[in-house]
Amino acid sequence: MHWNSLADFLAMGNHGLYVWGSVLMMALLMLAEPILLRHGRKKLVARLRRQYRAERSEARRNSQANPGRSKD
Amino acid sequence: MLRLLRAVISRDLRLAMRRQADIVAAMFFFIIVVSLFPLGVGPEPAQLRRLAPGVLWVAALLASMLSLPRLFADDHRDGTLEQLALAPQPLGLIVLAKVIAHWLVAGLPLVLLAPVLGIQFDLGADALVVLMLSLLLGTPALSGIGAIGAALTLGVRGGGVLLSLLVLPLYIPVLIFGAGAVDATVSGLGPQAHLSLLGALALGGVFFAPWPTAAALRVALE
Amino acid sequence: MSNRVINWFRYASPQTFYPLAGQLIPWFWALAALFGALGLTIGFLLAPTDAQQGEGYRIIFLHVPASWMSMFIYLVMAFWAATGLAFNTRLSGMMASALAPTGALFAFLSLWTGALWGKPMWGAWWVWDARLTSELILLFLYIGFIALQAAIDDPRRADKAGAILALVGVVNIPIIYFSVKWWNTLHQGASVSLTKAPSMAAMMLWGMLFCALACWMYSIAVALTRVRTIMLERERHTDWVRALLADKE
Repeated sequence: MHWNSLADFLAMGNHGLYVWGSVLMMALLMLAEPILLRHGRKKLVARLRRQYRAERSEARRNSQANPGRSKD
Repeated sequence: MLRLLRAVISRDLRLAMRRQADIVAAMFFFIIVVSLFPLGVGPEPAQLRRLAPGVLWVAALLASMLSLPRLFADDHRDGTLEQLALAPQPLGLIVLAKVIAHWLVAGLPLVLLAPVLGIQFDLGADALVVLMLSLLLGTPALSGIGAIGAALTLGVRGGGVLLSLLVLPLYIPVLIFGAGAVDATVSGLGPQAHLSLLGALALGGVFFAPWPTAAALRVALE
Repeated sequence: MSNRVINWFRYASPQTFYPLAGQLIPWFWALAALFGALGLTIGFLLAPTDAQQGEGYRIIFLHVPASWMSMFIYLVMAFWAATGLAFNTRLSGMMASALAPTGALFAFLSLWTGALWGKPMWGAWWVWDARLTSELILLFLYIGFIALQAAIDDPRRADKAGAILALVGVVNIPIIYFSVKWWNTLHQGASVSLTKAPSMAAMMLWGMLFCALACWMYSIAVALTRVRTIMLERERHTDWVRALLADKE
């Protein structure tokens, strides 16, 4: 182990601001990207499901409206 | 093949002549942008001399980009482009002719105007000569590279801004060697190395760029 | 031989690639976490202080992997672009557009960490150093690619236009880098080079290597996740997407 104390580790030899600024930004963006992707994917799946349901119910209504059609 | 080149070039030039206002507007854009800089940074001759190569080159780069969106747009709208794509001759060759025509209309006038503007920046005679030479070598490369961007953004919404976004990063080497040549002359070093690299870029830009441009046009026409 | 070729093309169809990617993603996340933990432990807890740059040099464990990935992803993008144009496979274009945002992210991170490293080392947030400048131009290229694809509505045209742009970009990158370097030496750039760490101890190299591997695995995981979303979106009218989403209802 290179460090003597937690304070030493956090100070990074007076370069703490720069080192931790880099770490923070990198961690932030590399966490944000997958989270945003997950969110976008969920929204897409929900949208597609709604769309499919709407299409199905419309198809059902059409077949009820003209029952002769559904046979052929 | 040369006949085809000549036919397309003269046709494009005739069309451009019908819209002289566009050419004149691009030239005035060049003049105005260059003239703004002394107003922005102050009139000290020494400082202006240092800024001149970069300012003139960046302004020339932007001015030659102004007419790029129209490079294929008019032909696309009236269906000529589709006819050209179906022609037995390679589309790249036709693109090459259009690039040459674009340079004659949008690049050459910049070369001729630049020394006049260089005087505003207190450039010496040898620097003015190198400035003209560098623009003479560099602007064909700009037209060639620009054609790729014009073909990619053909018929795309927000095409003009997008075009500059695509093309400007690719212009950087031309800018560096072009402005560098003038800079080297001003500071007493020879411009030869810069100019020969610029020449290589121009050759590459003019003779290789038409092929990706042709591919991009085919994609746009699908 | 021909058998293998057919096999590869089979995986190039979204319908077969989608579940395969779904199975692979957790593994890549696990690898990313493992390598990341190793790399950060070595880099931030075990590696000795650098004689010249003090503790500030530890940014290297983030900066160098981010720069490497930003360049590497552009190459991979160009590779997918080339295969897309050559074989007209749908997957290629989707992979290229899935990679671009991650590449741009790493280019940005490389600039950010570079600036934070430059401040204590050079005394300035931004120096027109050849590497930083090229990285900035690379970010511009990524942004151009993303903007072009976003502006074109027809996905097939977007794929092909993006592929041509990526290939033009990849041919130009060496020219751009060379010209920027030339420009930089003429204007007497920074005296301390960022990547030339004076005495790279073996420990530092290992730390950097593991961090780079972690970023690599991360990129694959994220790109696969994104490509799956793109597939659903683009293939929403096909039966397999309908069946897939109906299953989980």
